[in-house]
Amino acid sequence: MFDRKELERIEADRRRWEDTTLKESLKRLPECREKFITVSGEPVQRLYTPADIAGVDFNRDIGWPGEFPFTRGVHPTMYRSRPWTMRMFAGFGTAEETNARFKYLLKHGETGLSVAFDMPTLYGYDTDAPEAAGEFGKCGVAVSSLADMEILFDGIPMGEITTSMTINAPAAVIWAMYLVAAEKQGWKMEQLGGTIQNDILKEYIAQKEFLFPPKPSMRLIVDTIEFGSKHVPKWNTISISGYHIREAGATAAQELAFTLADGMTYVEWAMQRGLDVDEFAPRLSFFFNAHMDFFEEIAKYRAARRIWAKVMRDKFGAKNPRSWWLRFHTQTAGCSLTAQQPENNIVRTALEALSAVLGGTQSLHTNSMDEALALPSEKAVTIALRTQQIIAHESGVVNTVDPLAGSFFVEALTNRMEEEANRYFREIEALGGVLPAIEKGYFQRQIAESAYRYQREIDTKSRVVVGVNEYVAEEPLEIPLLEMDREGERRQIARLQRVRAERNNEAVSQKLAALEEAARGTQNLMPFIIEAVREYATLGEICDVFRKVFGEYREPVYF
Amino acid sequence: MAGDARALARLISLVEDEDPSARAALAILYPRTGRAHLVGITGAPGTGKSTLVNEMAKVYRRRELTVGIVAVDPTSPFSGGAILGDRVRMRELAGDPGIFIRSMATRGSLGGLARATSDAVKVLDAAGYDRVLIETVGAGQAEVDIAKTAHTTIVVEAPGFGDDIQAIKAGILEIADVFAVNKADREGADSTVTALEMMLDLNGTQVGRWRPPIIKTVAIRGDGVPDLVDRVEAHYDHLRDSGLLARKEEERVRDELVALLQHELTQALLASLRPGELDEWVRRVARREADPYAAAQSLVHRRSR
Amino acid sequence: MPEEKIRILIAKPGLDGHDRGAKVIARALRDAGMEVIYTGLRQTPEMIVEAALQEDVDAIGLSILSGAHMTLFPRVIQLLKEKGLDDVLVFGGGIIPDQDVPELKRLGVRGIFGPGTSTDTIVEFVREEIRRHRAGEPRQ
Ligand code: B12
Ligand SMILES: Nc1nc2c(ncn2[C@@H]2O[C@H](COP(=O)(O)OP(=O)(O)OP(=O)(O)O)[C@@H](O)[C@H]2O)c(=O)[nH]1
Ligand SMILES: [Mg+2]
Repeated sequence: MFDRKELERIEADRRRWEDTTLKESLKRLPECREKFITVSGEPVQRLYTPADIAGVDFNRDIGWPGEFPFTRGVHPTMYRSRPWTMRMFAGFGTAEETNARFKYLLKHGETGLSVAFDMPTLYGYDTDAPEAAGEFGKCGVAVSSLADMEILFDGIPMGEITTSMTINAPAAVIWAMYLVAAEKQGWKMEQLGGTIQNDILKEYIAQKEFLFPPKPSMRLIVDTIEFGSKHVPKWNTISISGYHIREAGATAAQELAFTLADGMTYVEWAMQRGLDVDEFAPRLSFFFNAHMDFFEEIAKYRAARRIWAKVMRDKFGAKNPRSWWLRFHTQTAGCSLTAQQPENNIVRTALEALSAVLGGTQSLHTNSMDEALALPSEKAVTIALRTQQIIAHESGVVNTVDPLAGSFFVEALTNRMEEEANRYFREIEALGGVLPAIEKGYFQRQIAESAYRYQREIDTKSRVVVGVNEYVAEEPLEIPLLEMDREGERRQIARLQRVRAERNNEAVSQKLAALEEAARGTQNLMPFIIEAVREYATLGEICDVFRKVFGEYREPVYF
Repeated sequence: MAGDARALARLISLVEDEDPSARAALAILYPRTGRAHLVGITGAPGTGKSTLVNEMAKVYRRRELTVGIVAVDPTSPFSGGAILGDRVRMRELAGDPGIFIRSMATRGSLGGLARATSDAVKVLDAAGYDRVLIETVGAGQAEVDIAKTAHTTIVVEAPGFGDDIQAIKAGILEIADVFAVNKADREGADSTVTALEMMLDLNGTQVGRWRPPIIKTVAIRGDGVPDLVDRVEAHYDHLRDSGLLARKEEERVRDELVALLQHELTQALLASLRPGELDEWVRRVARREADPYAAAQSLVHRRSR
Repeated sequence: MPEEKIRILIAKPGLDGHDRGAKVIARALRDAGMEVIYTGLRQTPEMIVEAALQEDVDAIGLSILSGAHMTLFPRVIQLLKEKGLDDVLVFGGGIIPDQDVPELKRLGVRGIFGPGTSTDTIVEFVREEIRRHRAGEPRQ
């Protein structure tokens, strides 16, 4: 962006500045620390100048929003035309309670739904399974059968709202329940929009909700991708997630690199199935974290778009520009929030949300101030939603596209992110790809290492966390916490038993047997799952079929 | 004692901590040792040793044999602490009273086992476990100690873990009684088998001498493990029938006695020194006023005088 | 030299997959010179108690962030009693609401550490508890 002569002049001037103004100043006012680092431990210079982005070519590297390489955003007008979707992750207790929470959030201006399931559901167990003891509804809503799904969306027009569902190993089953529940409301599959997370690779790497070994899990995912691109064209059949990788302890660059590497693996598998890349790639979506280091996060999102566009066009030969788009959802960093002085979390979340918006996110969840204490209370979640609304309507940051482009610092960081990611890609490649790297514990080790480093920085106070290791105050907790229906579990189990008693059990056995046979073969399993779900086969029953055919995965433990 | 897992566990700790009371207990137990078949499992990190141990234990249990397991992981040289993670792979064995699993840290000992491993194994042997499986650290090099401790040593190889012939470590032939080529579901298992076969051929065959069989396994599915167990059992029969078992046992006892003597004599000598006497020699040697050999000689002879 | 090492089981009971904290704690204890047996995820109370028995640990550290602690902690304690392992120190951490702490303490959980606790505090707690136990001092 600068010619050589200009750069030389700037460099000369920089040396002059360092020898005079800076030197003088440092004598009087030395810097507080020897090293300044980001949340990820990356060094940050005192000052950035055109020299730090000397190699940048405006058209090639920064360019125009809505055009390759999309560094500035996937849409030409970004939030001037449409704000991001305000999508609050919600779910607790019974389907009735969560349905009420959904309606409350919609009433207060939320623009998309996002379902949090409880632990048993996430692991493919019904509420009354022995493995589920003590876990009902504690971490999300319990959905054991179609009956629960019907109640969850009762009175919510499923064809008019988009819904994101955080579900992975049993994603195909939960999605089938959603499709059938919507059908019962009178919608056609083509009308439905939303996202299933369905990203098993990051489960092995970070979230640990795997059920089956990698290969059959990947098959289930490709089945959903294939089914979606044929029958549910507006659905994002996968949300390739860095969020969990980051929350497990990864650095920003690790989050970026590991997530995109996962993305490439899904593309490879789908192409091996014989799918045309341009048929499914436009439906791939991403999910990133927004941590506390403002500029580092913004650089991460910008780099992500640029890398993905190049990979899709140049490595996979995608022709449709939509296949080059990296669209993403963002959630602010739960792990940055503290149990101490929880009100401070409102401020942290606001800063994080702002970075996601400045980074061009398509949708956003803001964490509630009670994150480190319990599932969000109504009051806490309302403030979190309001935070987004304030950014959208009051801050003015939506008025222009990619406002930080051209900042020497942000562009230099964006480049560094891309370089770091490429370095990780090479390491993963050398291990034989993502699946072998998982088995060798590569990701798990990298993440555990970063998590421990971060913890020690806080323990030794080399990183300050307000209210935790500095500005500590022993104050009693003053915010109200979520109260759940104590009778919920009993009612849920009663419903489950009623479903099992009242359905056509012969049809259920038949459909489960057909599913089992299909699972042993190579056909797409989605139609079989839908058939079983329609007969009210439960989540646990269907997953048991898979457990039987595919086996269960046990993770190797790495430190 | 097999009935009292708690006492067993406690005794192994005393042995590990070199508690004086452990000696007395070991002395009492000693006559009851020597019944179990001791099987060592060694091989590079991540080749699937723990997973194999898990599957082997299941096979033994189906044959109604009880199994003791000792799994060794390294102690951090920096902190003296350790994270012991082998157990994670053996979760399917949980809840079976015919199985006892114990994790051990090397506590500074080199060579793949902890100093107390062989005593811990004796405790399990005396407690009546029919088979005792010993998983070594898996430092990647030939671990000679295990060959001395166990009757039968399985060396685990896996494709992609240095499967070319150069990488198959020298010295491995001396310790391997059985080879397991694990992860046979992966590409390259056959070439690992071929490389091992070639090595064995180069080593020459003699009539009546045991040629280590090479068994392909897929530990995550249990494939090949019954066969592996058969070969391990066959090796024990071979040892017994050829009289090697008794010889091996004598060798083991000899090594053990010599090691104990070294330990005892050193301790006794160190205890007999004047305070500061050792330090004096250390300083002199460090300043090159004496050589270490002379120093050692004169410390030893000072005592015998 | 002979020495009584501190041996600790760090366990993740139930379905909870949040293992960042448990791994951090395991490493911190290791770096403090202790031997840590890590069980991995999805452990039943039965598995945890069996491992504690066979490994002859001084302490069991339970990590739960899923909210199932009021079911799983008491079960572990009850099984320990049944096996005669009541002298094993039980402590834990994760997302444990203040209101549940008194009941857990009453059941015999000696220490509960929530988000934001320094690992140095936890190492100190373990050392002190075990020192006192070994010295034969009663647990108050
Ligand atoms: C990181 C995180 C995740 C990561 C986990 C990554 C991983 N592999 O660990 C991801 C993104 C994958 C995740 C997923 C989910 N999460 Co989460 N997660 C968190 C979060 C933000 C931070 C936890 C953390 O790791 N902190 C850093 C570590 C170092 O701290 P820590 O674990 O608290 O440990 C410290 C202490 O607690 C203590 N400690 C912990 N264990 C032990 C053990 C011993 C022996 C001792 C002495 C001390 C001790 O010492 C540590 C050092 O200070 C918390 C909220 C929060 N801020 O605490 C929610 C939280 C725990 N998650 C929650 C939920 C609901 C979920 C999901 C169920 C969401 C869903 N419905 O899909 C899933 C389930 C995942 C699963 N498989 O179990 C809820 C739980 C609600 C409840 N209990 O009431 C929380 C509280 C957030 C919330 N308010 O909603 N999560
Ligand atoms: N594909 C495949 N993977 C296997 C097989 N056996 C074990 N593994 C995997 O290899 C990894 C390491 O297995 P472990 O049993 O922990 O290996 P180990 O040799 O005990 O490892 P260390 O104790 O760390 O040295 C795990 O991810 C296992 O699931 C196999 O037969 N095939
Ligand atoms: Mg092992």
